[in-house]
Amino acid sequence: MIRVARLGLWLGLVLALLSVLSLLVGRVWMSPGQLLGAWRLDADPLAALILIELRLPRTVLALLVGAALGLSGAVLQGLTRNPLAEPGLLGVSSGAALGAVIAIHSGLALVFPLATPLLGLAGAFVAALLTLSLGRGEGVLVLVLAGSAVSGVMLAGTALALNMAANPYAAYEISMWLMGSLADKSWDHVLLAGPFLLAGLAVLAVSGRGLDALSLGETQARSLGVDLSRLRLQVLAGTALAVGAATAVAGAVGFIGLLAPHLVRPLVGHQPRRVLWPATLAGAALLLAADLGTRLLPFTQELKLGVLTVLVGTPFFVMLVLRLRKVAP
Amino acid sequence: MMQLQASGVCVTLDRRDVLKDITVSAQGGEFIAVIGPNGAGKSTLLSVLAGLRKPDRGQVLLQDKPLSAYAPRELARHRAFLPQNPRCDWPLPVERLVALGLTPTLPAFGGFSADDAARIETALTACDLLAHRQQAATTLSGGELARAMLARALVADPQVLVVDEPLAGLDPRHALDTMRRLRRLAEQDGRLVIAAVHDLTLALRHATRIWALRDGCLLADGAPAATLDGALVAALFDVAGCVSGTGDSAFVDWV
Repeated sequence: MIRVARLGLWLGLVLALLSVLSLLVGRVWMSPGQLLGAWRLDADPLAALILIELRLPRTVLALLVGAALGLSGAVLQGLTRNPLAEPGLLGVSSGAALGAVIAIHSGLALVFPLATPLLGLAGAFVAALLTLSLGRGEGVLVLVLAGSAVSGVMLAGTALALNMAANPYAAYEISMWLMGSLADKSWDHVLLAGPFLLAGLAVLAVSGRGLDALSLGETQARSLGVDLSRLRLQVLAGTALAVGAATAVAGAVGFIGLLAPHLVRPLVGHQPRRVLWPATLAGAALLLAADLGTRLLPFTQELKLGVLTVLVGTPFFVMLVLRLRKVAP
Repeated sequence: MMQLQASGVCVTLDRRDVLKDITVSAQGGEFIAVIGPNGAGKSTLLSVLAGLRKPDRGQVLLQDKPLSAYAPRELARHRAFLPQNPRCDWPLPVERLVALGLTPTLPAFGGFSADDAARIETALTACDLLAHRQQAATTLSGGELARAMLARALVADPQVLVVDEPLAGLDPRHALDTMRRLRRLAEQDGRLVIAAVHDLTLALRHATRIWALRDGCLLADGAPAATLDGALVAALFDVAGCVSGTGDSAFVDWV
């Protein structure tokens, strides 16, 4: 327990530091004095506007989206007992992507900007329902197979939308959205996705005991009184809410959900339940750091968040795999 | 004391009758060895008795209440179950693995109470695991893992213990230890222990009762000394066998 608490404290400190940086760093750099003064009535209106209307919602979203990806990654790795499981496993994120792409493709997004995240959310829920009905039964494997089937269909739909894009501009918009970004996100996005993100995080966070018992396999977990059907449903619903909302607002952001649990797992003794909170915090920290990276790296065109996470995440993951190969034959 | 009764239990898997009309009853204080050849239906019977598989016909009563009427968590507080070749997918420290046996009584959040810690300590000691308590379960040898799993099953002190082949992979000393422990659990603590066992000599010496299964039928049900003889061995395994000696020096051998 001590180790988990200490790790939580460290991750909390890192998060606080990154959050402050995230408020200060950007096209216009802020000073800590401006940050503290932004709340006063006599503050510089432009600085206050940038901080409160741009940086703050962006930071809050980064924290929530990162937390959702980290926690759902940890939960799905626990559920499948497979260290390669990631938040997109159940088809939810490709569903969200398809929903958002439909909003862009149909032109709805131009008329009503929040159509993209709204249809994204709808897409995530449709995908989750499909996975649920296709993967009926008790086993975890069935659910995962159903998830990959649904994911395949959703990806095909996204490709179709790109294929059939009315003009190059729409295709460009779609591909840009698919790369994931937190740029230009407002409080509207926070208000829209926040409740779903928080609800999903809560649903996933209470799955710990069941995941612990599952490390002994499905039969033993059942013999210990774990209702596997309920656990499956809980994980699917939590993922649909959290990852669905995360993808709907931020686009496809890869590798955070895969990486975050791996970073903290050896530090807490590999027990699935004890991985959950540290992985949540690590996910939030990773995403916030990646978002800072997109703002700091000197490119004329802003580097997309999803591109950066995969670019940085892949070599790091290869390193982890190499280390894992030494530990477990 | 716990009463477990199965009546008219039938299980069909893939159009094959795995259990045919099995009626047995058992109660606390008994250590029942389930013997029989491969594919006799031992594992299926054990999972039906543990309430993990619903029989296609017939029912199982625990304390005169059908197993299907128990909530999973409530049932888990009364009985522990170990499947064949249990394994652990994460490199958990052994003491954490053993603690998983307390799952049905633990709250959703929070750590262990002093009582829980004492139970874990007792189970580790009883299964000779104190030297391994911090070791990752995935690095244990087969026999050590089997002991760790047994400790996991014993830690919550269940009234009914159903174990599928607890002796698989154990060296003679730990096999003997395990049989003695299961026997003690039944005789001294009044628990009901049902275990599938392939070592007929150990079953003969330590069990208080034998259930002999073949092709889904119960061929014999009774005290080992009175039930297990050359004729039963031949009927079960199609191999001539002889049973000699009595009490703690009794043994079963192939001819």
